[in-house]
Parts: sequence; C-alpha cells; structure tokens
Amino acid sequence: MEVPILRQGQYLIASIQSALTDADLSHLREALIAQVGRSRCRGVIVDVTALDVMDSFAVRTLRDIAHMARLRGAETVIVGIQPDVAFAMVQLGLTLKGVATVLDLEEGLAFLDGRTKERTLDAKPKKPSGRG
Amino acid sequence: METKKSMSVSTRASDPSAGALTESSAGLLRELVAHLRQNRTQLREEWARRITRAELLTAMTEEEIFAEATAVYDNYVEALETGTFEALQAYSRRLSERIIPRGVETDEVVGIVLLLRDVLARSLFNKYQDNVEKLNRILDSYEPAANRIANTVAVGFVEERERIIRQQQEAIRELSTPVLQVRERLLILPIIGVIDPQRARQLTEQLLRAIRANRAKVVVIDVTGVAAMDSGVANHLVQTVEASRLLGATVIVTGLSPEIAQTLVTIGVDLSEMATVGDLQGGIEEAERLLADRAAIPGPQAGREPGTELNR
Repeated sequence: MEVPILRQGQYLIASIQSALTDADLSHLREALIAQVGRSRCRGVIVDVTALDVMDSFAVRTLRDIAHMARLRGAETVIVGIQPDVAFAMVQLGLTLKGVATVLDLEEGLAFLDGRTKERTLDAKPKKPSGRG
Repeated sequence: METKKSMSVSTRASDPSAGALTESSAGLLRELVAHLRQNRTQLREEWARRITRAELLTAMTEEEIFAEATAVYDNYVEALETGTFEALQAYSRRLSERIIPRGVETDEVVGIVLLLRDVLARSLFNKYQDNVEKLNRILDSYEPAANRIANTVAVGFVEERERIIRQQQEAIRELSTPVLQVRERLLILPIIGVIDPQRARQLTEQLLRAIRANRAKVVVIDVTGVAAMDSGVANHLVQTVEASRLLGATVIVTGLSPEIAQTLVTIGVDLSEMATVGDLQGGIEEAERLLADRAAIPGPQAGREPGTELNR
C-alpha cells in the first residue's frame, strides 16, 4: 500500500496509515527522496502514529530517509512513535541514533520551524551566545 | 518381633484405603488417645515447662505459652483420634497469625512441636515400660500420626510466613512510583527503594505513557532514594532514556549517589548517552533552561539529539 506524501509549506509529510511491507518502505524512501529535490522542501516529517510494530528494517529505512534527506538539504523528523513501540525498539537496540524524534505532528512542525529558522540564522554571522 | 512385622505390614497395606486403620491398630490409637486425655493436665504442664526450659517462644509470657500449649495439645489429641488434620491446620494458621507479628521464628515453632512429640513419647515409654512389645505397637501407630501433625503445624507456620511476605511484596509494588508534572512539559519521576526488573519495567511504562499524556519535553528522573544499582537496572535506565528520546523527551538523571557512581563506573556501564546532574534542584534548573531555550529560538541542539545534548 502506498504512503501518501503531502506537501505543507516548506515541508513534506508522509503519514503511514497501516503496517508496511519491506517493499512499501523502500518505495516510500525512494519517493520521499525524489520529492525532496523536486519540491525544494526544507523538512520531512514521517508520521508513524499508526504503527504498533517497528522492525529493524523499518527503523533502518527511517534512518536512511533522514540521512539521505539531509544530503539533499532537508531535515527529517520522525513523529508519533508509540510508548510501547519505543520501549520495544530500545530493547532490540534500534534507537534511531542521530535521527530527530518528537511526540506528534504538531511538535514535528514546531521542531522543523525551529531548525529552519536556525539555519537562516546560521547563514548570518552569529554571535556565540550560550553555546558550548 | 514377628508380630510387630506383620502388624506394620498390615497397617501399611490398609493405609491407601482412605487411611482406615486395621482393627487392632485403631484400638491401640484409641487406647493412646485415652491415655493422653487422662494425663492431659500433667502432660501439657510438662510440655510448657520444657518449652520454657529450652528457651523457646521467649517473646511470649508463661501464661500465654501455657494457654497456647493447652490449645495445641487438645488439637493434637483430636487429630490423633480422628485422623483428620483440617482443624489442626486451621488452628496452626490462626496461631501463626497471632505469633508471627511477635517475632516468633520458624525453628521455635518446629522446636515446640517436636518437644510435644518427645513429651508424649516419653510418657508412653513410662506407661508401657514393662511391655516392650505393646510399646512397640503403640509407637507404630503413634509415630506416623505424630509426624504428620508436626509437619502440618510447621508447614502451616511457614505458609503463613510466605503469605505475609507475598502480601508485603505486593504492597511495595503497589506503592506506585508517581510521575509528577512540575510545570508545563516538565515531568519529575522520583524513584525510591529497590528497583527489581519487574518494577523497572513498570516504571518505564508509566513514564512513557505520562510523557505522551502530558506532552512532556523534559523529564527529570531522581534516583536519590535508590540505595544500589546493578548493571541490569543501569542498562534499563539507559533504555528508558532512549525510549523517552524516541517520544521526543529529554531525560535528565539526578541524584546518583557516590556509591552508585562508583559501582557504575567499576562495572563499566556506558552512561555517556545519559544527561546527569548532581541533585534534583540542579536537574530542575537545567530542565527549565532547556524548556526556555526551546520556547524562544530553539537552540542548535534542541531536539536534534535530545538524549545527548547535555552530556559534554
């Protein structure tokens, strides 16, 4: 089953609605990465609220999406991991290191807004306030 | 000798049939019970005296010991007579309920039951010392019953103890670990007492649910009240921190005691992924700083790897 990818301002939102096969996941990855370039977006949100199982392939695909999207100039954030899923993931050692995760879609949008703003700030010479 | 052998064989053969005793054996048991009834006063006094002399049941007064001894004695004789142990079981359970809170130990209970057995056996020796063969037969019917009675009382006592232990374990488990919201998006989880794997799991589940329900951004886990931590619990803590990160919450651990810090470093648990602050106050200050950071311009690290941002 195909995952709809919606465009919302500068961001792409992929909302996974049901359990996906490995092929579906790979397809999602390719579609997202292609769209990131095509639509020149700055952020990607993958919503996994509906998933109650997350296997190693799914986790690896999500991580790949985040890394690939970064190479293409977009930040990725995973939203909506269920508490039980989160705990099962860490027990399996699937911790999504280096990938941003937040509670839900709203948080995800706020997070990306912050990241984008910061990047525009980064472009200007910024004073090192409260860092390091 | 010949008679005794055939006697014991016949007893054993009839045992499986619902404990029905052979005619002669039942007669002997009746005679035995009559003897115990007749000498009730003298025997239980002797028993109470022996208990005091052996310094058992020191937590109880002499009158109490005598009262309990009388009750146990009567139940004992009744169990011998009827061959049913329900009444004795119920009594020993009630007795245990009464005496366990007063600090009576298992060996004391076993001791007094064995003493009663000795006292009664000795009185039988005295009564039948002229008739060794009859003494043997009487003992044949007395011993199995007496052993079973001793077992019943001891097991009753131990069961009662175990019941109390189970009850207490449950009570401890139910002392739920509260997840408290201090202010918008900030949770505190104070952990007090011993963490076993089961409690650790329950704790994590509670925390993750609370993060979701309260939309928490920062969680302070305070372990000031935890006396010791092994590698299992420490790793669980690390997992909790990582799982919280997956829900978008940063965890700050506070109040690691010097002993725990030493243990964790010695056993080589990797806590480098964990943000730690000395005490709860510092933890809350740090948390407020993080929240303020995020509310204004999200800092470069805000949310990127929330689990690791503090630890440098």
